[in-house]
Amino acid sequence: MLRLEKRPTPSQFWQYGTPIVAVLLTMIVGGILFAMLGKDPIAVIRTIFWDPIFGEFAFYLRGQLLVKAGPLILIAIGLALGFRAGIWNIGAEGQYIMGAVIGASVGLAVYPTETRLIYPVMVIAGALGGWLWAMIPAILKTRFNTNEILVSLMLVYVAETILAKAATGFLRNPDGAGFPGSRNFSSYKAASNPELIAGSGLHWGGVAALVTAILVYILLQRHILGFQIKLAGQAPRAARFHGVNPTRLVVFCMGVSGALAGLAGLFEVTGPAGQISIDFNSGYGFTAIIVAFLGRLNPIGIVFAGLLMALTYVGGEMAATNLGLPSAAIQVFQGMLLFFLLGVDVLSNYRIRMFMGAK
Amino acid sequence: MTGEILLDINGISKSYPGVKANEDVSFKIGVGEVHALLGENGAGKSTLVKMIYGLVKPDEGRMTLRGKAFAPTAPSMARELGVAMVFQHFSLFEALNVAENVALGMENPPPMRELAARIRAVSEEYGLPLDPSRMVGDLSAGERQRVEIVRCLLQDPKLLIMDEPTSVLTPQEVEILFRTLRQLSAEGTAILYISHKLEEIRTLCDAATILRRGKVVGTADPKQSTARELAELMVGATLTPPERKAADKGEVVLGVTDLSVDSPIPFGTSLKNVSFTVARGEVLGIAGVAGNGQDELLLALSGELKSAPDKVRLNGHAAGDYGPSERRNAGLVAAPEDRYGHAAAPDMSLVENAFLSGYLRRNLSNKGFIDWPATRAFADEVIATYDVRTPGNHVAARALSGGNLQKFLIGRELDQTPEVIVINQPTWGVDAAAAAAIRQAILNRAAEGAGVVVISQDLDELLEIADMFAVLNEGRLSKPRPVKGLTIDEIGLMMGGAHGMEVAHHAEA
Repeated sequence: MLRLEKRPTPSQFWQYGTPIVAVLLTMIVGGILFAMLGKDPIAVIRTIFWDPIFGEFAFYLRGQLLVKAGPLILIAIGLALGFRAGIWNIGAEGQYIMGAVIGASVGLAVYPTETRLIYPVMVIAGALGGWLWAMIPAILKTRFNTNEILVSLMLVYVAETILAKAATGFLRNPDGAGFPGSRNFSSYKAASNPELIAGSGLHWGGVAALVTAILVYILLQRHILGFQIKLAGQAPRAARFHGVNPTRLVVFCMGVSGALAGLAGLFEVTGPAGQISIDFNSGYGFTAIIVAFLGRLNPIGIVFAGLLMALTYVGGEMAATNLGLPSAAIQVFQGMLLFFLLGVDVLSNYRIRMFMGAK
Repeated sequence: MTGEILLDINGISKSYPGVKANEDVSFKIGVGEVHALLGENGAGKSTLVKMIYGLVKPDEGRMTLRGKAFAPTAPSMARELGVAMVFQHFSLFEALNVAENVALGMENPPPMRELAARIRAVSEEYGLPLDPSRMVGDLSAGERQRVEIVRCLLQDPKLLIMDEPTSVLTPQEVEILFRTLRQLSAEGTAILYISHKLEEIRTLCDAATILRRGKVVGTADPKQSTARELAELMVGATLTPPERKAADKGEVVLGVTDLSVDSPIPFGTSLKNVSFTVARGEVLGIAGVAGNGQDELLLALSGELKSAPDKVRLNGHAAGDYGPSERRNAGLVAAPEDRYGHAAAPDMSLVENAFLSGYLRRNLSNKGFIDWPATRAFADEVIATYDVRTPGNHVAARALSGGNLQKFLIGRELDQTPEVIVINQPTWGVDAAAAAAIRQAILNRAAEGAGVVVISQDLDELLEIADMFAVLNEGRLSKPRPVKGLTIDEIGLMMGGAHGMEVAHHAEA
């Protein structure tokens, strides 16, 4: 019979090996799923993982990769900080929406003023929007000991309602013939977030993601606050002995993850999305949870995980349009990735032992 | 005693990856004999009794019980054959009552009312009064042990294994337990008594088998041997008691006045009006049975539990509202009892654990950035000074044995030029040589002018190193008294006596 045995020290090999094994298992089981749907599994997997980088339309799709990866990485890094400390912000999607709505509101309030100051102010407003939305579960947790998982998750639906209200009400384009949706930022130069290098897909959001990854990496490796975050997650009583103030840690982690999600929303609404619309949010806030774990809650790992996840998005869309794969199948495929990752992850702290005979 | 053999253990060996826990162990236990199994931590006592109780399967060797081959594959099988065991750590549910806890351990529990009557009958017969309807969470450690013993006695065992039973008892409670064990022995129940407390073994046991590094190194008649002979057999070396340099008492560095705090631990003990002072160069020993507020006292002194400012004074400054970092800055270091998860983060390396509490007083960070080279040097210094056996400073704390990790953690606190030292259970689970080294290190700091508070359940340890002695009982601290001139009886009474248990044996006495 099989038994799990705790390793004396976590395995270095599996620390880095699990994401790769998880991706391979996802490909295999995903392939079986696609075969059962009547598609050629090899063709689907190639469409998802190969074509966006090396295929016929790679010149366009490679740019799309960065467009998708940017917000995922930015949100996931913030979430990873909290997850490391054992603070579970599940509501990044809501913070992302609120960042976009508040940032866009600031920009549209002064329309059509053209000054270079507008965009930085919008960026700050976006971060502030996400931060405020994350402060609600943070303060409820520290004051009344509520569960941040439930509160942050439920606030996503509140944020979606506010988004709908914004798109059809207070932010609706006055010149839009009554259609829902705000003015398009692509025609409002001072407040837009264009591609920095044409065709690369890189906009300010991508830059912010990379800079954040480096800063958070330094924070976790070198700074005492990073040490406290890790300590609080691994051994809460040791953290109190060290002198960590749990309330301040919750406020800090929720605040940072909210602000980063808000930033991602602002960059998205002023860039690739272009406007506030009812279905502006596309699940980045939830997918970022997978990205955070796939990247081992490590900022550098998250950059790679974000790119990989973007690949399944872009490639998945390709598979949906070219091969007629239902989009739900792609979502199952992405979910499988997290499932296998968490499953295989056991191996970094445990080893499997075979036992014969008596228990 | 009839001289008839009950359990014959012959050539038992058991290996784990990297260690031989038991090697060719043989000894015999007679019917009704009280047999001591003596050895230091890590000598292989636990592995051996786990094999007798069916929790672990031996690699080699055989056992016979009353002449028949005995190879239990599960504790239930051992119990069926008449072997019962009282563990050092109780397996009781605090939110259930006594009878419910007993029923949970039985294969076919009788109806509750009948069981309660049997518990009452057995507990009275053996002088261990227990109310079957009381909630276990409200019982003292001694009473909880009685639940475990009664649970075993209900199965009418032929062999009762007791693993370090007295570590949670007051001297008076120990006396009562011994009377019960002698009564059982007279009725023909053999007892395998595991301990490293020599005086107890000398008063109670008929025979002793001594284990060292997994092997039997000798047998002795404990009634004929001196404690010193037994100790040297057990340790395999001559022991030197710690040396005290007479230090001049300085001014008071730690003053606690009328401190009351609520326990943050479920079923914990709140502190009630605790007052004491510690002067420079002085060691205050705080005794008490586990669960009488020791953890809470450490939290209240380390700063993890705050109080009104003037309740705790450090160097004359009101420090009750200081957190752990501020108290460290004020000169106080603390070493909690629980090594895995409180004093240390088990999954972090020794370097990170060195930073955990040493960063302030050793200046291991600069404007918030961690100075890793300096932290590594600090960890290496502690490893070298305190003889911590580890492959390197990168190893996770949980990979170290309890004793080695304890040396590291105590060293980490002592090497911070502290003015006040608070330690809970400095040598729990540490082998004799290392324990002596730790005690010596504590005394050296006191000689250098630090005020020391040692909380311990080991009375011998406290009497050896403390100048002043006080007892925590149900969250209240007795008035500290000089150690010189205290008798064990007085200490026992300070510890709360026998918690109302003495009545039972009076009838027969």
